[in-house]
Amino acid sequence: MAERTIGFVGDAGSNPETKPYWDGCNAGKLMLTRCKDTGKVFTYPRGVSPFTLSANVEWFEAKGTGVLYSYSTMERANPPYTIAYVTLDEGTTMMTGITDTDASKLKIGQKVKVVFKDTETGQKVPFFTPA
Amino acid sequence: MSLKGAGYIVGAWEHPTRKATDKSVAQLHAECAKGALDDAGLTKDDVDGYFCAGDAPGMGPINMVDYMNLNVRHIDSTDIGGSSYQMLVGHALEAIQAGRCNVALITLAGRPRSEGQATGTAVRAGNPAQPDMQFEYPYGPVVANMYAMCAARHMYQYGTTSEQLAWIKVAASHHAQYNEHAMLRNVVTVEDVVNSPMVSTPLHRLDCCVISDGGGALIVTKPEIAKSLKRPLVKVIGVGEHPKGQFAGQVDLTYSGARWSGPAAFEMAGVKPSDIKYASIYDSFTITVLMQLEDLGFCEKGQGGKFVQDGNLISGQGKLPFNTDGGGLCSNHPANRGGITKIIEAVRQARGEAHPKVQVPNANLVLAHGTGGSLGTRHGSSTVILERE
Repeated sequence: MAERTIGFVGDAGSNPETKPYWDGCNAGKLMLTRCKDTGKVFTYPRGVSPFTLSANVEWFEAKGTGVLYSYSTMERANPPYTIAYVTLDEGTTMMTGITDTDASKLKIGQKVKVVFKDTETGQKVPFFTPA
Repeated sequence: MSLKGAGYIVGAWEHPTRKATDKSVAQLHAECAKGALDDAGLTKDDVDGYFCAGDAPGMGPINMVDYMNLNVRHIDSTDIGGSSYQMLVGHALEAIQAGRCNVALITLAGRPRSEGQATGTAVRAGNPAQPDMQFEYPYGPVVANMYAMCAARHMYQYGTTSEQLAWIKVAASHHAQYNEHAMLRNVVTVEDVVNSPMVSTPLHRLDCCVISDGGGALIVTKPEIAKSLKRPLVKVIGVGEHPKGQFAGQVDLTYSGARWSGPAAFEMAGVKPSDIKYASIYDSFTITVLMQLEDLGFCEKGQGGKFVQDGNLISGQGKLPFNTDGGGLCSNHPANRGGITKIIEAVRQARGEAHPKVQVPNANLVLAHGTGGSLGTRHGSSTVILERE
């Protein structure tokens, strides 16, 4: 079965607010943002802290591991694909997809690790697979 | 000043169509407006406030006020998807109380069925300026899999089963058999639901609502005018609204914004969930109903599965009759927005005008709740509590 084409909207590099995230993906690194006022990590990345609205935000590289928070396999689609939320070891939960595994064997709570996949524009995006 | 009792719903009308290949969206809005005005015993010239949401074509009230040639002094088009209309009832009360209008018209209409929208399953690219868009679109988020992830997590955390979710569809189908306009009138069983094709795990085809054309409208007015009309008096005694998102990564898919909109409405109304005789609960999917019942306080969090099973939502059988028109699951989900039909059936129940087979005896206290947007990412919640005087 053919793999699903992964879509991407817009130009990843055109928004300075999130460019480090997309550059990180292309370099095989999952980059996260942390609010320096509170020390709290957040997703999706922003140039302002969602906890204080200050721009006192820093980028850092995540470990790239976490646990499966929830998932659903879209069986109506051809080919089927699995969307998910993963809670990273850094304590924040992000939307992602599960790849390179038999989705029928997935279990919420299981450990997963990041892999990067090409989208239709060439920009890479993070997916997860069982660790 | 509390909004309790600031307005009455004096007109409520649901378009009978479920497939409107021969009508425009604007025309459907206008036909719904006429239906609700006729129901109230008012005319378009009485309307001085107009309320609509994202389904209204063009720039919302600007284009629709012009199309219907209304002469209004107050407009509001705040859009929170399918739950906009419960919220707009609240906003109409605010406008009435502030003296900004006396007769508020709220309309909803759309024709996703005629237009062939794969509403729940097709991935649609949005504007990359929407701040979450690039971080979600690559993974194929659609309506069905977003709600399905809530169901999967609820099952994991609380032991909820597919069979329990199926009971919600079963109850809706029991009601829909009496609604001549319902799209799905066959009574189904738990086995029918869990054996229907999987759409997005763990939700089956029969866990999903219908896709229909149509619409509805409401007339909300101040007490003096309501009492001068000939319709049963249905007073708005509680309203609540609340958005919920991902909390910057502190995601919890097991509850909705009803956790806040519900208590706000109950507090204003001065009643509690156990007082409610009938509830219209937004039913885009079975899981939507289950989570909202918990969040509104009809049962403890996590106990929704036990609450809905064994026919507890079936009128004449269960403790909490719900969606006696068949709801979105079986009857109608016009414009992919089920909020207004929830209110309309609640008004029918409060007036004693529901189908005799599903009318709840002495339904003097009823609730209508909406969830709009995506339960799995970000959504609006809004609650209305009505009392028949």
